[in-house]
Amino acid sequence: MDNNSLPSNNLVSIRNLSFSRGEKIIFNDISLDLARGKITAIMGPSGTGKTTLLKLIGGQLRPDQGTISVDNQNVHSLRRADLYTLRKRIGMLFQSGALLTDLTVFDNVALPLREHTQLPEALIRTLVLMKLQAVGLRGAKEMMPNELSGGMGRRIALARAIALDPMMIMYDEPFTGQDPISMGVLAHLIKSLNNTLGLTSIIVSHDVHETSLIADYMYLIADGKIIDQGTPTEMHQSSSAWTTQFLTGAADGPVHFHYPAKNYLDDLLSSGKRY
Amino acid sequence: MINSLQHLGAYTRNSFSKVGRGTGFLLQTLSYLFSVVARPRLLMAQLYSVGVLSFLIITISGLFVGMVLALQGYYTLSAFGAEASLGVMVAASLVRELGPVVSALLFAGRAGSALTAEIGLMKATEQLSGMEMMAIDPFKRIIAPRFLAGCISMPLLAALFSAIGTLGGYMVGSGLLGLDDGAYWSQMQAKIDFQDDIINGVIKSIVFGFVITWIALFEGYDSVPTSEGVSRSTTRTVVNSAFSILGLDFILTALMFGDH
Amino acid sequence: MQPSRNQDTLVGLFVAAGIAGLFFLSLKVSNLSAFSQDESYTITARFENTGGLKVRSAVSAAGVKIGQVSDIYFDTKTYQAVVTMHINQQYNTLPDDTTASIFTSGLLGEQYVNLEPGGSDSYLTDNGKIDITQPAIILEKAIGQFLFKAAEEKGESKE
Repeated sequence: MDNNSLPSNNLVSIRNLSFSRGEKIIFNDISLDLARGKITAIMGPSGTGKTTLLKLIGGQLRPDQGTISVDNQNVHSLRRADLYTLRKRIGMLFQSGALLTDLTVFDNVALPLREHTQLPEALIRTLVLMKLQAVGLRGAKEMMPNELSGGMGRRIALARAIALDPMMIMYDEPFTGQDPISMGVLAHLIKSLNNTLGLTSIIVSHDVHETSLIADYMYLIADGKIIDQGTPTEMHQSSSAWTTQFLTGAADGPVHFHYPAKNYLDDLLSSGKRY
Repeated sequence: MINSLQHLGAYTRNSFSKVGRGTGFLLQTLSYLFSVVARPRLLMAQLYSVGVLSFLIITISGLFVGMVLALQGYYTLSAFGAEASLGVMVAASLVRELGPVVSALLFAGRAGSALTAEIGLMKATEQLSGMEMMAIDPFKRIIAPRFLAGCISMPLLAALFSAIGTLGGYMVGSGLLGLDDGAYWSQMQAKIDFQDDIINGVIKSIVFGFVITWIALFEGYDSVPTSEGVSRSTTRTVVNSAFSILGLDFILTALMFGDH
Repeated sequence: MQPSRNQDTLVGLFVAAGIAGLFFLSLKVSNLSAFSQDESYTITARFENTGGLKVRSAVSAAGVKIGQVSDIYFDTKTYQAVVTMHINQQYNTLPDDTTASIFTSGLLGEQYVNLEPGGSDSYLTDNGKIDITQPAIILEKAIGQFLFKAAEEKGESKE
């Protein structure tokens, strides 16, 4: 595991990104880089817009300011067709799995292949079975998504995300709501897929333990800023109060227990305007 | 006072913005209609869930509406000794009004609400977003086939409703009330005009199908992606469809039958 | 792919049923099958008053429907209504001295043209004209005349 803190060969680079939703500032002038072939984790407390970051990278949302480039292409200046071409090379694993509920497991994994390639059905079948084998769920190919457990659903979604052999996979909270076994299975899968397929992975998560086991590099985001960054080892030794709080899970610290609000006393005494 | 004015202002702005979004949604859907024809598989699946699954409720309702029309019509007409016109009355009511309108209302309740709930849940469970990230356009794959299926199914269902209703009226008229078979059909054929009645009825049902499917799909697509948001959108689909059907029916009737 | 084939069958049945419904409405319920233009010939008649006669009203002879009204217009020269009728080709032996009258079917029914054949040996042909016509009976006029007459009689009997 290499420890160079500023990787030179970046697949994704984000420069001076600002994004706000209504009044709320989600990102305030952040810059970060994701190294090619590495697993980069983006961590932070809930509600810091980690999922938003993935949607920005995927071009589903537009930043207020700043640029995001993926594989040397500026995502937000691409024409629609080019954006779709780029997206074919990016897999994304949604928190809910986002499997199509009216298709079987097999058809879900086959969907990107059928949509984007002209391959004969026999070849598609082979490819799908290989992807399902890779996530260990070839036996579930005839099941419907609502028959799957949460962990299985995510593994199927992972098989679908790698169906087109992408260059990058974005994982949105892959460990949330999983039992320890499926957490372990998913962590193992993410790591091994990354290494065997030569992928670049982005994991957005707040599960410190699992994530720091597999990540090569970590960013810690809070209050729209990058608080800390480094390899898992560096992070654990960090002197930053933020990092320590996040990694140990203390209730209050630099990341406040309270959601930003105006002065408590003023709020109690004010007339109560409706939002 | 100022507060309620503000609310009114916000409400008006939201309404217009929704109409705007709805129009954009429709245009985007229409731009993909040709790609649907190129992929009949998707259309077939939707014709099944939109059309075939509405078949039963439409035919059974049609039968009973026709039977009730005959029964009610008989008591009114017999007061004038005009029982022989029963067929005309039943068929004219069905073909011109009840066929298109009642089947559209049923369609909005059966298929429209299901479409909204389906699309809304797809949005809530990130399926639409997931498709976009897989570089699959949800309009092409999800919205457009459903839209076309709705537009095709509605006139067929309305025709079935009227046809079965006419037969239901015949059953009651000739079976229960003992009217003359010949009078039922011949009077009907003499008075119901192909151009004015049948074609206009079909045009009505095509318009209704278009509007219901548009409302249903847009409400689903525009819903707040939570279970509460989806259920609200589903309610809105049924309510807004009903208003649109009745309002449009008035306008269309005035346009079509106004000059006689 | 069994369920898919099943689905295809059901969709096929549904579409077929819908189209059958449309055919049923067109052929059995409406007048589409009754008359087609190529099998009919046209005759015209002039009336003092057509009453409530409409385009597509029936034309009958001896109570049997033999055609329908295709056009009604007001002639500004003769101040008469000109009624054009399509008569079914199979009834092509109407004498040329046939009388056309406008009757009402029942007290509240629709108005129709009744043709009363005369005794001539030559027949009406396409674009033929009926010369002898009887205008529609206007109910208000008839009642008015009746009341007037009744009042007159009453007046006479008092004297």
